[in-house]
Amino acid sequence: MTPIESDSQDIAVSVKDLTMAYREKPVLWDIDMEVPRGVLMAIVGPNGAGKTTLIKAILGLLKPAAGKVEIFGKPFESQRYYVGYVPQCGSVDWDFPTNALDVVTMGRYGHLGWFKRPSKMDRDLALDALDRVGMADFADRQISQLSGGQQQRVFLARALVQDAMIYFMDEPFVGVDAVTEKTIVGILKTLRDQGKTVIVVHHDLQTLSEYFDWAFLMNVRQIALGPVSEVITQENLKAAYGGRSAIF
Amino acid sequence: MLSFDYTLIVVLFGTLILGLVSGCLGAFALLRRQSLLGDAISHAALPGICIVFMLTYSKHPLLLLLGAAVAGWIGTITVMAVVRHTSVKEDAALGIILSVFFGMGLVFLTIIQRMPTAQQSGLSTYLFGSASTLLLNDVITMAVLGAITLGILLLFWKEFKLLTFDRDYAQSLGFPISRLDILITTLIVFSIVIGLQSVGVVLMSAMIIAPAASARQWTDKLSVMVCLSGVFGAVSGVIGALLSGAISKLPTGPTIVVVISIIVIVSLLFAPLRGIVWGAMRQRRYRDNIRFQTMLTNLMLFSESDTDPFYPHDIAALTAIGRGPARKAMADLKEKGLVVNPEADMWALTAAGLKEARCILADKIGGASHD
Amino acid sequence: MIDQLFVLAIACVVAIACALPGVFLVLRQVALMSDAISHAILLGIVIVFFIVKDLHSPFLIVGAALTGILTVVLTELVIQSGRLKKDAAIGLIFPFFFSIGVILITQFAGSVHLDSDAVLLGEIAFAPFNRFLIMGLDLGPISLWVMGAVLVLNVTFITLFYKELKLSTFDSALAASMGFSPVVLHYALMSLVSITAVGAFDAVGSILVVALMITPPATAYLLTRQLKRMLLLSALIGILSAVMGFFFAVAIDASIAGAMATVTGVFFLLAFCFSPDQGVLQKYLRLKAQRVSFSATMLLVQLLDHEGTDTEREENTVSNMIDHMGWTEPFVKQVVRHGLHQKAIIRKGDGLFLTDLGRELARSAMTHT
Ligand SMILES: Nc1ncnc2c1ncn2[C@@H]1O[C@H](COP(=O)(O)OP(=O)(O)O)[C@@H](O)[C@H]1O
Ligand SMILES: [Mg+2]
Repeated sequence: MTPIESDSQDIAVSVKDLTMAYREKPVLWDIDMEVPRGVLMAIVGPNGAGKTTLIKAILGLLKPAAGKVEIFGKPFESQRYYVGYVPQCGSVDWDFPTNALDVVTMGRYGHLGWFKRPSKMDRDLALDALDRVGMADFADRQISQLSGGQQQRVFLARALVQDAMIYFMDEPFVGVDAVTEKTIVGILKTLRDQGKTVIVVHHDLQTLSEYFDWAFLMNVRQIALGPVSEVITQENLKAAYGGRSAIF
Repeated sequence: MLSFDYTLIVVLFGTLILGLVSGCLGAFALLRRQSLLGDAISHAALPGICIVFMLTYSKHPLLLLLGAAVAGWIGTITVMAVVRHTSVKEDAALGIILSVFFGMGLVFLTIIQRMPTAQQSGLSTYLFGSASTLLLNDVITMAVLGAITLGILLLFWKEFKLLTFDRDYAQSLGFPISRLDILITTLIVFSIVIGLQSVGVVLMSAMIIAPAASARQWTDKLSVMVCLSGVFGAVSGVIGALLSGAISKLPTGPTIVVVISIIVIVSLLFAPLRGIVWGAMRQRRYRDNIRFQTMLTNLMLFSESDTDPFYPHDIAALTAIGRGPARKAMADLKEKGLVVNPEADMWALTAAGLKEARCILADKIGGASHD
Repeated sequence: MIDQLFVLAIACVVAIACALPGVFLVLRQVALMSDAISHAILLGIVIVFFIVKDLHSPFLIVGAALTGILTVVLTELVIQSGRLKKDAAIGLIFPFFFSIGVILITQFAGSVHLDSDAVLLGEIAFAPFNRFLIMGLDLGPISLWVMGAVLVLNVTFITLFYKELKLSTFDSALAASMGFSPVVLHYALMSLVSITAVGAFDAVGSILVVALMITPPATAYLLTRQLKRMLLLSALIGILSAVMGFFFAVAIDASIAGAMATVTGVFFLLAFCFSPDQGVLQKYLRLKAQRVSFSATMLLVQLLDHEGTDTEREENTVSNMIDHMGWTEPFVKQVVRHGLHQKAIIRKGDGLFLTDLGRELARSAMTHT
């Protein structure tokens, strides 16, 4: 293995010169980001900073005005099976006729490809994932009859059965009680310890250093990237939040 | 009097197919919040039917259906384009397509009615539908198109389910969502045009919405919902056709719609779990329960300060701090043996009542510490 | 000839009477309630007709308007029960009412002048022949009187409650906090729609009511954002559609109502393509220009970032832009041309260099985001 190859293998996500605009309004401006493999990273920034947009652009859900994204050194398209995604809560119709197990099974659809139906094995994997997030008892529940925290855990389980190398999660702690929050963090840390890369949109600066190794601070432009302690400085926060920093 | 002759069997098959297909696809239309798109599509189909007839002078069912499908499809695409490219909202876009396309259809229809060919009579049955005009040829065409539609639905079942439930996630898994959108919308268009001859353009939208709206009330499982919706559609189609065959001058489309509407009403009110009636009863029982509990615990709390737990209290005092009509609640409690009234308007706990009240209080305190 | 003039007059009055409440339907995103109401009222008309046995009884209007309101109330109830979404609720109730209406007509009305086709399609050509007679005095077609009254009612209502309607349409929370109940206004508007639909029904049929209520206001919405102008413009487009539709229908001897609906669609299509602000054509051109100028600014920022660094020679080149930004070659050329034209950059062979102006533009772009 040549050094260059191993280098690109150690960078899980690489974003170069990413610029995004909704109509004429720039939402992301010239973002460069390299996330090493095996870190648990938070994307931090004020509301409207473009965090969701960044994730969606990385996942190819939005078309950037310029720039490119690579996953393990290759374009996203060829690598999508290494990527798991937990969308922002509330983006689905909760009254949809489906139960928790069914939702989690959807995480296998990417592996199944066209036309193939989920097998017994896929269902077992889904049950397993539900168990890991502590929701095995709720497998048959219609999703609207779950609490906010339970719904979030179901969506986490759905990403888990994708068996990805990199996970993206958009504000998984919104509307979640303290106990569930700790459970989810525990699962994320386990994933990290298994060598997976986890990237989470987060907006509680208080818990940042407790939960995460790395942070990416941004507000339209990138402000800092690196270990949490290096990123969260007075100066950086001021650059991101202006005068209205949450804790300092 | 009805006799099950050949013509009737053909008609029944036709309405069965139409109900089944529109029911199954309607379930997806409902979940995709495209219910009213059905209204626009079915109205938009009219000019398509007319143009095909004017061009070919043929009433071959396949040609007419294809004309209807193309026009319905153009209508749908136009709605999507208007919503996407302008600030006009979906409701207005649907209304525009519905009325303007239908208006064009009327213009063509009046032109056709003046055409010298004897063939022209019959196109206006597409307004309100007439199952009795279904011929074997029509039904075969419907069956083939219906089978193709349902076949594709089954083939792409997993993809459609994911697309309908969570678009963003489907896209992140690499499914081409706009192409799937177009595919399922096309299937919905086909399910509508299949029924136009029997139900008519004016009312066909009901056959998309109503079976699905009923089915949704009975189940929380997509596959069951789609099947049930197909069954409801088929049943209403067949019953409607039978009725309109038996009673003279009873138009098929409206009859089918009345039948399916009755199914909707029953489902909305009485379906297990989701039925509105059961919901209201649960709500009431819950409120009654709260009231009973308040009464019992109040009686106990009053009494304990009096050291005699079975001390009778005046109804006026209970009314003052309880909720709702106290007299009725006490009468109900008495029936359960939890309270007694030794004299008029004086009420006291029984031993069972005291036990119950203690339980309630313990529960309340225990429950509070949970949060 | 005089009859044709009456037809035109009726059509114009109907067009204005429909367009005015239609503006609020479109703005409040309940346009399809006009579809629901205009179909559902058939049931009211039929039931009242069976009772009073007179097709021109004022009770017909009352009964029909009540059915319209009933439809709205039932729809709201179903939505509030949480069992169905809004679109499904709207689409369920009116077919039921309409079907019962049609069945009643076919079963019991027999030879009476009330048949389902006419109800749906209207026949404005016959409208002048129903005369308004008072003690033998011929006062013209009834339809003209009825629709004139409806028009006066609509204009009065909208003038009187203009402020409230405007406020509750654009900010219902604020309106509610100021004491204008949005619910009351909603039902008032729906009543207006019902009455208008009933009045117009006999002359133009339910589908043209929908066309006239939704399409001209939506067209006006593409042309202006001011409520007053939108009301005027809608009325104007309605009248033009009615007049042009009439002559078109006469020329090809086809359904008048259908032709009018078609013309409203033509107006919408024109606005959709060519509206100076919202039109697809304008938007396309603007978007293209925007994309180039936005990209040119990005190019400037990129050049500034690498200016004076070791890698400047490789980074700040045309070929690197193709590679780096993920742009196609023709697009890079377009962007560079834009930059050159702005006098923000200079090109030397493959290399790109900022001018002073370019540097300033890049800096201001960075600070402004
Ligand atoms: N579909 C959209 N159209 C136009 N602007 C949008 C759209 N989605 C988001 N925006 C704008 O982009 C900015 C960034 O949004 P988002 O990425 O959701 O921020 P965050 O997730 O950091 O709160 C916001 O100012 C928002 O208003
Ligand atoms: Mg966000």
